[in-house]
Amino acid sequence: MLKVNDINVYYGAIHAIKGVSFEVQAGEVVTLIGANGAGKSTILNTVSGLLHPKTGSIEFLGKSLTGVPAHKIVARGLAQVPEGRRIFLQMTVEENLEMGAFTQPNSTVDPGIQRVYEQFPRLKERRRQIAGTLSGGEQQMLAMGRALMADPKLLMLDEPSMGLAPILVDQIFEIIERLHQAGTTILLVEQNAQMALSVADRGYVLETGKIVATGTGQELLNNEAVKQAYLGG
Amino acid sequence: MVFLQYLISGISIGSIYAIIALGYTMVYGIAKMLNFAHGDVIMVGGYISFCTTSYLGLPGWVSVVFAVAVCTVLGVVIEGLAYRPLRQAGSLAVLITAIGVSYLLQNAAQLIWGATPKNFTSLVNFAVPEFLSRLNVSGVMLVTVVACIVIMLGLTWFTSRTKLGKAMRACSEDRGAAQLMGINVNRTISMTFAIGSALAAIAGVLLCSYSPVLQPTTGSMPGIKAFTAAVFGGIGSIPGAFLGGVLLGIIEAMARAYLSTNLANSIVFAVLIIVLLVRPAGLLGKYVPEKV
Repeated sequence: MLKVNDINVYYGAIHAIKGVSFEVQAGEVVTLIGANGAGKSTILNTVSGLLHPKTGSIEFLGKSLTGVPAHKIVARGLAQVPEGRRIFLQMTVEENLEMGAFTQPNSTVDPGIQRVYEQFPRLKERRRQIAGTLSGGEQQMLAMGRALMADPKLLMLDEPSMGLAPILVDQIFEIIERLHQAGTTILLVEQNAQMALSVADRGYVLETGKIVATGTGQELLNNEAVKQAYLGG
Repeated sequence: MVFLQYLISGISIGSIYAIIALGYTMVYGIAKMLNFAHGDVIMVGGYISFCTTSYLGLPGWVSVVFAVAVCTVLGVVIEGLAYRPLRQAGSLAVLITAIGVSYLLQNAAQLIWGATPKNFTSLVNFAVPEFLSRLNVSGVMLVTVVACIVIMLGLTWFTSRTKLGKAMRACSEDRGAAQLMGINVNRTISMTFAIGSALAAIAGVLLCSYSPVLQPTTGSMPGIKAFTAAVFGGIGSIPGAFLGGVLLGIIEAMARAYLSTNLANSIVFAVLIIVLLVRPAGLLGKYVPEKV
């Protein structure tokens, strides 16, 4: 479904992503794990078209994404829940969801909102509230709901557990499992390697802009080097 | 009675400031830049209207349509040529460019229409009911106030109810996130300039109908005052621009009537400074709680 082929991404003179290749098949949950600054978000933002690779190619559903502007990539079925959630704090919960459906025909917006409310009943209770007044967990749910409004074929999640209390982290991962079971393909970026690998079909370990290990979620959980570096021994 | 007349005159000139301030605030709110050329778009609107009525002999309402059309295109062109290439540049670079565009428009106008002031014939000359004319209310005043209220309500409706309006608010908050929603940020900002410039054209026609001297610098002072009004009310806020504009007009009219004609402008700006000392975000400026 998604094929990233040997991409190199630079921030000015800084070579942030060095020849990264990976793949996501339809129906899979794939995770990219790695420490802070390894380049995980950079990769997602490159796939989303906010950043552009200097070399290498990205293919989605058999079509190249090279040179496609970010706002057109969403319409192709690729949605991202960005790091730090980045919901529209001054807009209401429902308006945030409407923005998520910006590329969708108007007739699908209301049914879409109802589906998101079924997934996240909490958001329905707070539909008229300004998003900035939501708690961190609720904001994460809103960010995920907003991305789902685009009816994505591939959902990319950037650090959904960041800054959340452990009980909320569990909830978020339950939602990810649920989405997976419902057939959504997911690319999950996490620092919380333990959690990420336990829900993932496959994983890639990223270190300073390079992929250093890959395997199924279980294999990586048992991998000595990965344990040492990311799972606290 | 006399006080009432001053008040009414303040409200009507304030309504012109408010219409200009609404354009400023829309552009600032969404594109996050101070478009100092806004005042000069007003002047262009005035000249276009003048030319259509005086040279082509077309009726007043046609000249308004012309002015709005030309200014809308002008606004989009200015944004595309001058500001879009600077999207990633610092705000100072954009500000200086805006000042440059302002001078460019003034000098272009001087080249085309000359420096000699033109005598603008008011487009509004219907008779008002007697109880209004006894208060010195003219047709222009009435039209200005009504236009201002309609525009304010229209913009409020537009930004809170329509898809494009909401997309504008999304861009205003977080351009990156807006792009991830599939919103074309460049086009959205372009649309904002189109709306702001269309408002400038309307303001230009009303301004010239109000005080009929039209010259290349006609837009500067009202532009600066309207900018003040927008800041006064809370820049980025639509009701704020309206309130700021009307209050500014009233303060100016009162200062002129009761304190000093010469000092009226200084008093207006002094009030701005005091308000900003007490409320740095302006009267209706929003304090946004942010959770991390």
